[in-house]
Amino acid sequence: MPRKQIAQFEVPYLQILDAQGQIDPQLDPQLPTDELLRIYRWMVLARATDQRMLKLQRQGRIGTFGPSTGQEAISVAAACAMGDDDWFVGAFRELGGRLVRGEPLTSPYLFYNGYEEGNLQPESSRQRLLPINIIVASQCLHAVGIGYALKYRQERAAAVAFMGDGATSEGDFHEALNFAAVWQAPVVFISQNNQWAISMPREQQTRSQTLAQKGIAYEMPSIQIDGNDALACYVAVREALQRAYDGGGPTFIEAVTYRLMMHTTADDPGRYRTSAEEDEWWQQEPLGRLRTYLTAKKIWDDDQEEALQTEIKAEVDQAVVEFEAMGNFLPDIPFDHVYGTRHASIEQQRREFLTNLEQEAGDA
Amino acid sequence: MPKLNMVQAINLGLAQEMARDDSVIVMGEDVGVDGGVFRVTDQLIEKFGAERVLDTPLAESAILGSAIGMALAGLRPVAEMQFSGFSYLMLAQWEGHASRYRARTLGQFTVPLVVRMPFGGGVRALEHHSESREAYYAHTPGSKVLIPSGPRNARALIVAAIRDPDPVVFMEPKHSYRAFREEVPEAEEVGKIGKAQLVQEGNDLTVISWGAMMRPTRKAVAAVTEQRGAGIEVIDLLTIAPMDAGAVVASVTKTGRCVVVQEAPRSFSVASEIIALLNDEALLYLEAPVKRLTGYDVVTPYFGREKSYIPTVGRIVRGIEETLDF
Ligand SMILES: Cc1ncc(C[n+]2csc(CCOP(=O)(O)OP(=O)(O)O)c2C)c(N)n1
Ligand SMILES: [Mg+2]
Repeated sequence: MPRKQIAQFEVPYLQILDAQGQIDPQLDPQLPTDELLRIYRWMVLARATDQRMLKLQRQGRIGTFGPSTGQEAISVAAACAMGDDDWFVGAFRELGGRLVRGEPLTSPYLFYNGYEEGNLQPESSRQRLLPINIIVASQCLHAVGIGYALKYRQERAAAVAFMGDGATSEGDFHEALNFAAVWQAPVVFISQNNQWAISMPREQQTRSQTLAQKGIAYEMPSIQIDGNDALACYVAVREALQRAYDGGGPTFIEAVTYRLMMHTTADDPGRYRTSAEEDEWWQQEPLGRLRTYLTAKKIWDDDQEEALQTEIKAEVDQAVVEFEAMGNFLPDIPFDHVYGTRHASIEQQRREFLTNLEQEAGDA
Repeated sequence: MPKLNMVQAINLGLAQEMARDDSVIVMGEDVGVDGGVFRVTDQLIEKFGAERVLDTPLAESAILGSAIGMALAGLRPVAEMQFSGFSYLMLAQWEGHASRYRARTLGQFTVPLVVRMPFGGGVRALEHHSESREAYYAHTPGSKVLIPSGPRNARALIVAAIRDPDPVVFMEPKHSYRAFREEVPEAEEVGKIGKAQLVQEGNDLTVISWGAMMRPTRKAVAAVTEQRGAGIEVIDLLTIAPMDAGAVVASVTKTGRCVVVQEAPRSFSVASEIIALLNDEALLYLEAPVKRLTGYDVVTPYFGREKSYIPTVGRIVRGIEETLDF
């Protein structure tokens, strides 16, 4: 028998709005004006919050954090495309999407200032927003389990999992994709390929030509999109969600974007990349091109922009004031939540802790 | 002699061993071009090239698993876990292979490798960046676990770890990374694995600690000595496993009183092990219960609350006094 091909694959690519903000009319999803403006507003708020956090960190008012500037489009558009019943399973660079899902503006400040209170979701929300996950790729598996539970309970909903490009090297990532496909679980995997995992460039992370093809290996529809194009992000996630709701199983989306800032505020990108590269990617950042499109569409103008910037600045200022007024962080809270029920030895240690605390107050 | 901090001292040890032995390979996430997120491997890639300083993809199990293969084949890999909090992804390779290759092949196959990992709190770091879990590794038979407390012993011990015939977990107390400098001789110094250091002699009480807790411990000892003129013996464990039982027992049989200071949670810990050891070998010499000054058995709090969870100088002073007065 002659040698032959038994399987062939293609990796589709989607960009709707190019770096100059020009739309491909054939691909224009014709989103309603209020939805477009909603996406834009969240992206602007995410950028403003991120930049404010950088300032606060430099002033010692919050601790180390990983900025998400430049990556607003994908997590915001995904969250806007999601329904209330879907689960948002993030890593640590989805600030915008988290805010869309109802996270209070004070939460990132709390979290990055070392308080578990920053993980609390408002009682009013459906609480389908998991806290930040720092252990790279680990959350991908949780999304699979959530997807399975949704399917089991016959809910018309899906789990949306975010991870980085570096994350695709972890075993947890591959195991998650495999489980999701085998179970045909309603999961949307979104890899934010921001070209870097700390100092490791994407080309050294994996020899694969695209990250998207990794999903194909597990037999799930997979696509690479321009992750700085909010419209492509929205469309790709909406399609993947629809498929998941309809019993079509998981999807893998590689969103090509760029980490415009440092990995975290403790990192110095000057050690491993050039500012010329950063400048080049600034030309493709997501906010400007969406604004160009909205302006061309005549649903946005300079006055509206100015008003929005003023409004958002006030909102961000207000959140900082609120955060800094929060003072009642009970010291022994960790003893409350070791287990779901009280345990004598933990309570005994709590008493010891409180006594030590009192005595230590006198030490200074 | 140059005065180095712990980061520079470990870097010196690594560079010297790489120069001495071309089978030594450094590998891990961001250890090359970036020089490691704490700069412990700074400049090594410039000095020894990308073949010997491997910036690996992001996968801890793969880092240890492939290091095991290298060691089986005659190399001496020094792998870095970026933080101990992410080392659990390699735990299956550690427990299932690194620690037991020698035993299961009756010594025919061995894996001389080192896994370095920063650990411990006090640096206002994010979640998973401040735990002390030395007991996990120490609990696994076949594991050697080292914890230096200062630049000089860090340099000597990393050298010893690299030359050791067995797999070594080298846990670096990140709070001490840049906290102080010491004179570190350029000339070779090889630490002794399995040996504790008698930091200071005394007849009234023994204090045992390791890693970052050595600094508050020594401050507390100085304070109690000054106030009460007590003779306090101080032991820096340096090797957690296999523990220097002889040094611990000899000291406590002399002093009859003992305080153990550790940052890790209390239960099922290294401090617990020391007490069990003293129960076995020194019970009749004890004049007071052995005291554990430790972290609490709670999920390590985020850094907003971490300060009061780590033993302080004041807490150690009171613990020593209570034990002296018992
Ligand atoms: C399991 C694990 N290993 C190492 C780390 C340390 N670390 C945090 S982020 C990061 C790089 C992640 O890169 P990528 O997945 O591309 O996400 P990005 O930071 O670019 O958003 C590393 C190595 C971690 N958090 N978890
Ligand atoms: Mg990345």
